[in-house]
Amino acid sequence: MVRAKGDPIISVQGLKTSFGDQVVHDGLELEVRRGEILGVVGGSGTGKSVLMRAIIGLQPVDAGDITVFGEPTLGRDGTEATEIRKRWGVLFQGGALFSTLTVAENVQVPLREFYPKLDQALLDEIAAYKVVMTGLPAEAGPKFPAELSGGMKKRAGLARALALDPELLFLDEPTAGLDPISAAAFDELIQSLQKTLGLTVFLITHDLDTLYAICDRVAVLADKKVIGVGTIPELLAMAHPWIQEYFNGPRGRAATATLEHEREKEKSGAS
Amino acid sequence: MSAMADFSEDKNGALRFSGSLTLARLGDLPERLREFQGQASTLDLSGIEHIDTVGAWVVHRFAGQHDARVVGLDEDGAHLLDQVSKADEPVAVRPDYSSSFTRVLGEIGDAVTESGRTLYGLLGFLGATVIAFATIIRHPSRFRFNATVHRFEVVGVSALGIIGLMSFLIGIVIAQQGAVQLRQFGAEAFTINLVGRITLRELGVLMTAIMVAGRSGSAFAAQLGTMKLTEEIDAMRTIGVSPMEALVVPRTLAAVILMPLLGFYSSVVAIIGGGLLCWASLHIPPVTFIERIREVVPITDLYVGLIKAPVFGAIIGIAGCFQGMQVKADAEQVGLRTTAAVVQGIFLVIVLDAFFAVFFTWVGWI
Repeated sequence: MVRAKGDPIISVQGLKTSFGDQVVHDGLELEVRRGEILGVVGGSGTGKSVLMRAIIGLQPVDAGDITVFGEPTLGRDGTEATEIRKRWGVLFQGGALFSTLTVAENVQVPLREFYPKLDQALLDEIAAYKVVMTGLPAEAGPKFPAELSGGMKKRAGLARALALDPELLFLDEPTAGLDPISAAAFDELIQSLQKTLGLTVFLITHDLDTLYAICDRVAVLADKKVIGVGTIPELLAMAHPWIQEYFNGPRGRAATATLEHEREKEKSGAS
Repeated sequence: MSAMADFSEDKNGALRFSGSLTLARLGDLPERLREFQGQASTLDLSGIEHIDTVGAWVVHRFAGQHDARVVGLDEDGAHLLDQVSKADEPVAVRPDYSSSFTRVLGEIGDAVTESGRTLYGLLGFLGATVIAFATIIRHPSRFRFNATVHRFEVVGVSALGIIGLMSFLIGIVIAQQGAVQLRQFGAEAFTINLVGRITLRELGVLMTAIMVAGRSGSAFAAQLGTMKLTEEIDAMRTIGVSPMEALVVPRTLAAVILMPLLGFYSSVVAIIGGGLLCWASLHIPPVTFIERIREVVPITDLYVGLIKAPVFGAIIGIAGCFQGMQVKADAEQVGLRTTAAVVQGIFLVIVLDAFFAVFFTWVGWI
């Protein structure tokens, strides 16, 4: 198996999706490279979540091709689709934890489902270190989702998404609804896990700080297409009004300023 | 495909791992390592193809148990092993359970205090509803006419079809069963007494109450519960609108006013159903049937039904609204409270029905 960094891990071509008469995507093209954190941004209702749901097979597609790990995902039968699904993890917006199971049991669900032969002791140990690895306190393991705060639910959801040691991670607005300190901690967590596990991350976000802090490249969704993919400086060079407004609006400028300020501090600290 | 994970023993107390130390290719490696009894001072991982966190965990655990050193990992692998070892903390998977005996005792205790609290809360809510009604009588301008009329439609008019069908069938069943049993004594004619009295006095109102509790009591609880969750009720309070007056009064009033109407309608339809069966199987013509009904059913039977109905309506309405207002925190509670509203409504209706039966016998309406 070739695991070179940089070759495409997800490739979407000519994607068309719609809800009734309302077309969400039309002729959308996107490529995600192995080992990168790709941020996906766009105004509300431009179909960021729909794109993610189309890639992971939750959203019916009208036309187009989607390839993940070099294999087409559309129209595969049950077992083939399951084999592909094993290799990615998904974190939904609210965490989507199973409410009748504890946090540790939630982490065990994918393991039990795909590897029924694992013994209970090992399962418990795997759940334990995954819980701690995602930055949850050890006491959170036997708690039920209803007893957790929003940030802890997201961490628990991330632990479940990472249960199978996936190569590819889908995150749907992981920092939405978190306070700035928790959001920054979550960004760091994603970055460090990405480095440790060699993950590719498909990250939907509204959070400019997240984009600046951890994303290698950013894809911008507008006009039913991906209108630009690249690093933030590359995107800033584009003339599209939405991109300009997004990155050069008051919030965008503030995030840029913070980033530059931090870089300067690093430079002066290093010299 | 990469090779399965494996290990072999070396002469100088080193374990040499090979293959792919990943979840998918782990196989029986964890069990074999657990049963491994020999000495192992170093774990040589230079021969492996790939390692993920599960593989790193298995190695970390084994190294810890045998006090062994891990060698031969590349930089990424060493970093991974390091991260996994840092995450080695005891984490419980399930909450601690006490022994089943104390748990059963605890559950009984919880159930008792919970029912006590519910009864207390329900009494309090009854009081609050009465106060809200009193306030509206004093300030009629605060009465929400449109909301109430809308509830009338939802609780009453749209229930006519299902209640009619149910009552019609129950009338037929009573008449049919009555006819079969009474024929053994040559007393088929008394089927008319049976149908007339039981529907007007008991079943018409009781079955309607059960239907209204299932249709509307549950709807009240679900609506108010959802409004509580989305903070609509809090928003109302901050604007200065009393949820008791705006939400509870129209719903309870609709149930109180419509229960007697629906109960009477139900009794009449059941009598029609019974009459049709008598006509078809006992050959009693409808005119005779109606004449006999007027003779054998005392008017007090109608009064009994009509007196009970609004009380049942009030119970169903208040139980539904009360449970809805109890929703806190999460969406799961809406379901639980809705179920509780229906169960409580029907239970209280049947308990009160028993009291009414004793009371009306006592006053001589038999």
